Amino acid sequence: MPNQTNTNYVISADQLTKHYGDFAAVNGISFDVPAGESFGLLGPNGAGKSTTMKMIGGVSQRTSGKLTIMGLDPEQHGPEVRAHLGVVPQQDNLDEELRVRDNLLVYGRYFGLPMSYLKPKADELLEFAQLTDKAKAKVDSLSGGMKRRLTIARSLINEPKILLLDEPTTGLDPQARHILWDRLFRLKESGVTLILTTHYMDEAEQLCDRLVVVDKGQIMAEGSPSTLIREHSTREVLELRFGSERNATVAADLAGIGERLEPLPDRVLIYTHDGESALEQVTARGLHPITSLVRRSSLEDVFLRLTGRSLID
Amino acid sequence: MSKVLTEEDYRVQVKDRPFSALYARNARAVIARGLRATKSSNWLIMVSGFFEPVLYLISMGVGLGALVGTVVGPGGEEISYAAYIAPALLAVSAMNGAVYDSTWNVFFKMNFAKLYQGMLYTSLGPLDVAIGEIFLALLRGALYATGFTAVMGLMGLITTPWALLMVPASVLIAFGFASFGMGITSYMKTFQQMDWINFVMLPMFLFSATFYPLSVYPQGIQWFIQALPLWHGVELLRQLSVGIFTPATAIHVTYYLVMILVGMVLTTTRLRKLFLK
Repeated sequence: MPNQTNTNYVISADQLTKHYGDFAAVNGISFDVPAGESFGLLGPNGAGKSTTMKMIGGVSQRTSGKLTIMGLDPEQHGPEVRAHLGVVPQQDNLDEELRVRDNLLVYGRYFGLPMSYLKPKADELLEFAQLTDKAKAKVDSLSGGMKRRLTIARSLINEPKILLLDEPTTGLDPQARHILWDRLFRLKESGVTLILTTHYMDEAEQLCDRLVVVDKGQIMAEGSPSTLIREHSTREVLELRFGSERNATVAADLAGIGERLEPLPDRVLIYTHDGESALEQVTARGLHPITSLVRRSSLEDVFLRLTGRSLID
Repeated sequence: MSKVLTEEDYRVQVKDRPFSALYARNARAVIARGLRATKSSNWLIMVSGFFEPVLYLISMGVGLGALVGTVVGPGGEEISYAAYIAPALLAVSAMNGAVYDSTWNVFFKMNFAKLYQGMLYTSLGPLDVAIGEIFLALLRGALYATGFTAVMGLMGLITTPWALLMVPASVLIAFGFASFGMGITSYMKTFQQMDWINFVMLPMFLFSATFYPLSVYPQGIQWFIQALPLWHGVELLRQLSVGIFTPATAIHVTYYLVMILVGMVLTTTRLRKLFLK
């Protein structure tokens, strides 16, 4: 068999690079994903997450580096690789000229699947996406959440072994997000490999076994959500608010408390192993914040620490 | 989804055949999608495309024809002005339909409807999409040509059964333009650039001996017009409409066969640029 290497990993990327003209959208990233893992790509807008997804799907050609999907190069064996892939792109690209159920049937035909398989499968997926009573509706009459669910249902028509989800829940309401998480978790239990990009930290914590934080086309950190928190943040965070005028000036008086201090316009963050005792030290210095909050460190703290707080456009 | 996947399920069989990265031998799925979309939403637009050359024929052929009277046809015999321009209008319609389908339509589905983006995330390769779309364009062209030929018959502009050959000949013309059009679209990035296509098409429509014989031009311009594809289409259909075959007939057909060949090579080599960015 040609090009059958790295069979231990379902996806293997080595120094993967993509340039658009002079701009390096993806700049030498390497990662391996074993079968059945739920793997997340976290990063701010423009970090290169979607470009990486497109290269995995074989619809974007890499500039350099190596990439194998199930041991195959997606550029050389695009159709064969994609036969086992399900893709939920960042923006819904449903076929607006077809009705809801036809979207599933026609999409299944693109995989060369027979109608005898597709008809019951389409009905099953409509049920899954809670769109059964919309089967004959036009796509442009659906709400944003319904379109998203249909896109996800469509990505499952070929019973994919690898599901690529590019910001799957962006624009969904909390109910829809939780339903979707539940569905994705069930797919994961059945052994499907999930590759997920997101900038929702709670989503990453819920769904990902392991993730990489990507910024400016490069990997900044890699590990499970809990490892990343342990390595890049403290156990707890103390949030103090002194009023927007005073936060910056008070910060100097707080020096030495906790492991790390971060003054923000609206509050001061103290990263520490013990939030309560840090708060005692603050009051012992005669400082009285308007509000104080001790919370567990989250992936969001890691993310902001690694990718910075300034806006990226 | 009751079965749990194992390592074994992640092994894939591959077949190495030529173009396997670009072509999955499933263009019929793209064709079936086009037919279903036509049925459910845009059949009215399709019908409107049939009327365009018919309206030209009535306006120019019947209206203007009343002033012009009869003209000399391809075989040297006198024919009505409507009978003279009808095959030319059919050639123009074949060209316009094919160019529209392979340029604007492809550009829109690529960049705005994101239709191809969805297709290309399946087992389909870009060549499946290209073949499917070109086939649909030709099918549509064949329907229009059949309709227009029927109208010509009703208006008494057909005098020989050879005229029925105008239908397959129209498809040949459409294929020539469609195969090139898709390749050209791969170079286009913006709507402004797409407008250049119209800038080329309109003069070609007006000056390719469509409404008057080529002999009105000085020799140099005649050569230039004869190098352009539409003139060959106009002349081919005009000859077929009266059942006259000369060595030039073979040249016209060969011109299109070469155009299709070169166009398909261009389109195939540009497919990655067009679809895989």
